[in-house]
Amino acid sequence: MNEPGSIQLPQTVLSERTQATEPVVEAIKPPSIVRSFLQSKSSGKVADGTFWGLMIVCALSIFLIVLLILSVLVVNSKLSIHAFGWKFFTSSSWDPNSGDFGALPFIWGTVVSSLLAVCMAVPLALCVSIFLLEICPLWLRGPIAFLTELLAAIPSVIYGLWAIFILVPIMRDNVGPVLQKYLGWTGLFGGSNFGVGMLTASVILAIMIFPVISSISRDVMKAVPIHQREAALALGATRWEMIRMSVLRNARIGIVGSVILGLGRALGETMAVTMVIGNHPDISKSLFAPATTLASVIANEFSEATGDLYLSALIEIGLALFLVTIVVNGIARLLVWAVTRGNTARAV
Amino acid sequence: MSSLRRSAANHLVTTLAILSTVVVLVPLVAILGYLLYKGASSLNLAFFTHVPAPVGQQGGGMANAIVGSGVILGLASLLGIPVGIGAGVYLAEYGQGRLLGKVIRFTADVLNGVPSIVMGMAAYALIVAKQQHFSAFAGGVALAIMMVPTITRTTEEMLATVPHAVREAALGLGIPKWRTVISVSLRTASPGIITGCMLAFARVAGETAPLLFTAFGNQFWSFNLNQPIAALPLQIFVYAVSPYDEWHRLAWAGALVLIAMIMISVTLVRIFANRGALKGGH
Repeated sequence: MNEPGSIQLPQTVLSERTQATEPVVEAIKPPSIVRSFLQSKSSGKVADGTFWGLMIVCALSIFLIVLLILSVLVVNSKLSIHAFGWKFFTSSSWDPNSGDFGALPFIWGTVVSSLLAVCMAVPLALCVSIFLLEICPLWLRGPIAFLTELLAAIPSVIYGLWAIFILVPIMRDNVGPVLQKYLGWTGLFGGSNFGVGMLTASVILAIMIFPVISSISRDVMKAVPIHQREAALALGATRWEMIRMSVLRNARIGIVGSVILGLGRALGETMAVTMVIGNHPDISKSLFAPATTLASVIANEFSEATGDLYLSALIEIGLALFLVTIVVNGIARLLVWAVTRGNTARAV
Repeated sequence: MSSLRRSAANHLVTTLAILSTVVVLVPLVAILGYLLYKGASSLNLAFFTHVPAPVGQQGGGMANAIVGSGVILGLASLLGIPVGIGAGVYLAEYGQGRLLGKVIRFTADVLNGVPSIVMGMAAYALIVAKQQHFSAFAGGVALAIMMVPTITRTTEEMLATVPHAVREAALGLGIPKWRTVISVSLRTASPGIITGCMLAFARVAGETAPLLFTAFGNQFWSFNLNQPIAALPLQIFVYAVSPYDEWHRLAWAGALVLIAMIMISVTLVRIFANRGALKGGH
């Protein structure tokens, strides 16, 4: 305290100061383990590496899921593949009692119902997309877009329930006789009409895939640059001509992609189709006839399949469905990505 | 006159477009309206508190199916949401521009389109066949597999809306990358991520096909994960294709409850979808 250059403070202030600091020193506790870990000034390499490893494991789980499904399906359908080979997909007899299985009627049912559904849904979806993008006033756009997307949120089993009690009587009593009277000459509407059958299943499938096609077409059409539209209008085109020349022509690859995506959805649709397609493994020219699809035969017969060969045949059908939908969806996603470059607004 | 023909074509297409929109909205209104009408008349307190009555008896309810659905969906969320969010974090934070990121994104999109019955089949072969009995656990796993790709894509898209400036500011302050991701990116995007999870939840809540031969359905109360369990969409399917009027009535009521749950989630998603994103930053 008596060193040269040091400040001589009055004794009272010094003692107050020393008294004042002691309680404060006592009040500071050493930081807890967690806090000291979080505040550590290390490079954090270990923690960073662990976190990255955890995230990449989660990301690779998606591959794992695909590989798992594929391997499990292949292993369990080996029995059926050895027994039937490629004849499985060309034979039309499905006889669980004698152990003879052939999937041709199901392939026929799936392909015809999906193609019919796409034919019915695509014009509607394109017209609604055009309406929402070009013709609809701005204040109405949000509500109507929301309503069309609400169609996508309704579960498949509720579509089936509605179809059984409302759609089937309409098709049987009102639409069927009209079709038979005016279009019976085509030979597509022969036979007895019970309401359940290929046509009803196609109608309900069309309603179900409509939101998919519509929303992706809308994304694709929105991605067309506005200069293209303005250029067409500046040259004196009417609104329809502008849509045809600028929007549809530029977006056609993406629209094709959205149609294929809708087709992929229709191929795999199970519950609503099971409830209204009649479930009869037969190939018939009439659209009123009951049929079966790949997904509906699995839904109906899987939990009651007796015997390893029966189960294996059904799993082989599931494997075929898996591979076909992966290929179809892959092609569709590539087409849509090529046009929008990944700038879609939703993960449909 | 050519210009007359052109303007006539224009008006025709406009009329066609308006007509198609009306035609499309008709089934939607018809389904929801009829569901409301038929379902509301069959809903009563017994529906929510009783298990199904024997065939031919009046009354009964679907209480076990509602609870069973809750159990299966809870299990599916527990398994699927963390994995999905982790994959989405990888794609958004570490995978941008890399080949692995592109491939995983593409695979997730393709997996979204796989039919749900194939997922159920895989869960059957993996779990049910090995254990030799149906179980709620298998149903939960099947639904979790379906949730993962959807949650991955929505998490990635929500994380992409967090501006890079915010991340760079955190990194510039010396915060390690893992801490930045958790405390800055995920926290900013959390409303969007939560809505993405709700969307996936609403989607699998209505799925029936994967549960047909994994959870299988149960007529009694069951909370055991190793036993078959009832589920609401499954019960609706079984009752709808049955020949009994009483069961049809219950199917309509169950459908109304199911769609009310899903519509509420979808509407909440719509309301909160844009609330959480940082405004004005990209």
